[in-house]
Amino acid sequence: MPEPILQVSGLHKWFGALHVLQGIDFSVAAGERVAIIGGSGSGKSTFLRCLNFMEMPTSGRIALDGTPLGRVSAGKPDTVRYPEGELCRVRERVGMVFQQFNLFPHMTVLENAMEGLVTVKRMKKAEARERALRELDKVGLGGKTDVYSGRLSGGQQQRVAIARALAMEPEILLFDEPTSSLDPELVGEVLRVIRQLAEEGRTMLLVTHELGFAYHFATKVIFLADGVFHEVGTPDEVLKHPRQERTRAFLERFTEFSF
Amino acid sequence: MTYQWDFSPILARWPMLLDGLFNTVKIAAVAIVLGVLVGLVLALLRLSPRRFLRLPASVFVEFYRNTPPIVHFFWFFYALPVVLNISLDPLVAAVLALSTQSGAFYAEVFRGGIRSIERGQWEGARALGMSHAQLMRRIVLPQAATRMFAPFVERSFELIKTTALASTLAYGELLYRAMMVNSETFRPLEVYTAVALLYLVLLVSCSALARVAEARLTAYR
Repeated sequence: MPEPILQVSGLHKWFGALHVLQGIDFSVAAGERVAIIGGSGSGKSTFLRCLNFMEMPTSGRIALDGTPLGRVSAGKPDTVRYPEGELCRVRERVGMVFQQFNLFPHMTVLENAMEGLVTVKRMKKAEARERALRELDKVGLGGKTDVYSGRLSGGQQQRVAIARALAMEPEILLFDEPTSSLDPELVGEVLRVIRQLAEEGRTMLLVTHELGFAYHFATKVIFLADGVFHEVGTPDEVLKHPRQERTRAFLERFTEFSF
Repeated sequence: MTYQWDFSPILARWPMLLDGLFNTVKIAAVAIVLGVLVGLVLALLRLSPRRFLRLPASVFVEFYRNTPPIVHFFWFFYALPVVLNISLDPLVAAVLALSTQSGAFYAEVFRGGIRSIERGQWEGARALGMSHAQLMRRIVLPQAATRMFAPFVERSFELIKTTALASTLAYGELLYRAMMVNSETFRPLEVYTAVALLYLVLLVSCSALARVAEARLTAYR
C-alpha cells in the first residue's frame, strides 16, 4: 500500500445546529480515484470542500504527506487555527473543479488558465501562457483562447475550469459535481476529459450523481449518508453488490425510471 | 413688467468666473482622489471579519451620512482652530470636509460593489491558492469596479455640486466668484444663470467622459 498523500481523521463539520459531517476517517494515496456518492444533503460536497478548506472543519485533522495542517493552540486541543499562507500552499497542491465552474468572467479563456500560474506561482507570462495553452489543448479548447468565458457553453466553461486547475499541476484534483449544472447533451464532453485524466493516473476525488461514470472511473466508491461513510469498497462492491440496505435503496432510485 | 436681460456686465468679468470654474474643478478633483482612498480604506475595514476594525469605520460612515455637509465645512474651518488650535486655509479645510464626507459615501459604494461579487468567484480564486490580497486585486475588485461605476459617478457628481459649499469659507470657487461678480454688477439673475450654465457644461462633459470610461470597463460583458 503506497503512502497516503492526504489523510483525514475524526472530521466533523457543523453548520450552526446542523451536524453535517459526523466523524470521518479517510485517506487517499497517489493514483487513487475515489467517487463519492450519496443523496442530497448527505454531506458529500461538504466533505470534499473540507479537503481544500473551502469549508473549515469544525474538528478533526487533515494531514498532507503525513504532516497535520494547521496549528493547535496550547490548552485548546479541539480548535485548529489555519494560517492563510498554509491554506494557500495546500490549495496549490489540491486543485478543485466546481459545479458552477466559477470561471473569471473578466478574463479570456487563456487568461483564466494562466491566472493561477502568474499570480500564485509567479511564473513568467510567456511560460505560463505556454503551459496554459497546453492544458487548454488537452481539454479541446485550444481554438477558443481569446474568448471571454461567459460566451462559452456550460460544457466548454467546465473544460476551461478543468484546464485552469490542471495548469497548477496539483497532486490531487477534487471534482464537486462537475456535470450537475450542465445540459444533458453537454455532460459527455466533460466526462470524457475526466476519463482522460484518469487514464493518466492522476489522483482524483469526484462527487457525482453519474453512477455509470463512477463505476468505470473509480478505484474506490464511497456511499455517504447522514454525514458518515455508510459503505466503502470497489465500484463493483458498492454499486453492483451493495451490502447495506441504505445503499441499495439509494441505488434503486437511480434505476427506477431506466428502460 | 418684463425683465431686461443683460449679460454684458457678466461677460465683461468672465475671467473671474472662469477662474472660479477652474478652482471648482481643482477642489473637486483633489477631493475625489482623496475620497476614493479614504473610501477604499473604510470599505475594507467595514468588510473585515474583525469587529474592532469594522466598528470605527461604521461610526465614521454613519456620522457623515447623518449630518449636513455644510456642518463639516464649518467644523473644519471654524471649530478646528478653537478646539485643537489648528487653523487651516479655506482650500485645505474645504478639501478635508469634501474628501472625508465623500470617502464615507464612496465607502458604501465600494462595499456594495465588493459584496455583490458572487461567492463562487471568491472560491474559484481561493481554490487556485490565492491569498486574500491577491484575490481582491485580481478577481474581486476588477469585477466590482464595473458594478460600482454608475453609483460612483453619481456620488462624484454630488461631490462636484457640493463644492459650492466651499464658498461659505470664502474659497474662490465658482459660486464665490459669482457672488463677487454679483456685488459688482447687481445682476443676480444673469450671474446665477451663467453659473448654472457653467455647472451644466462641466457636468455634461463629465458624464460624456464617464460614458466612454464605462463602455471600456464593461467591454467583457
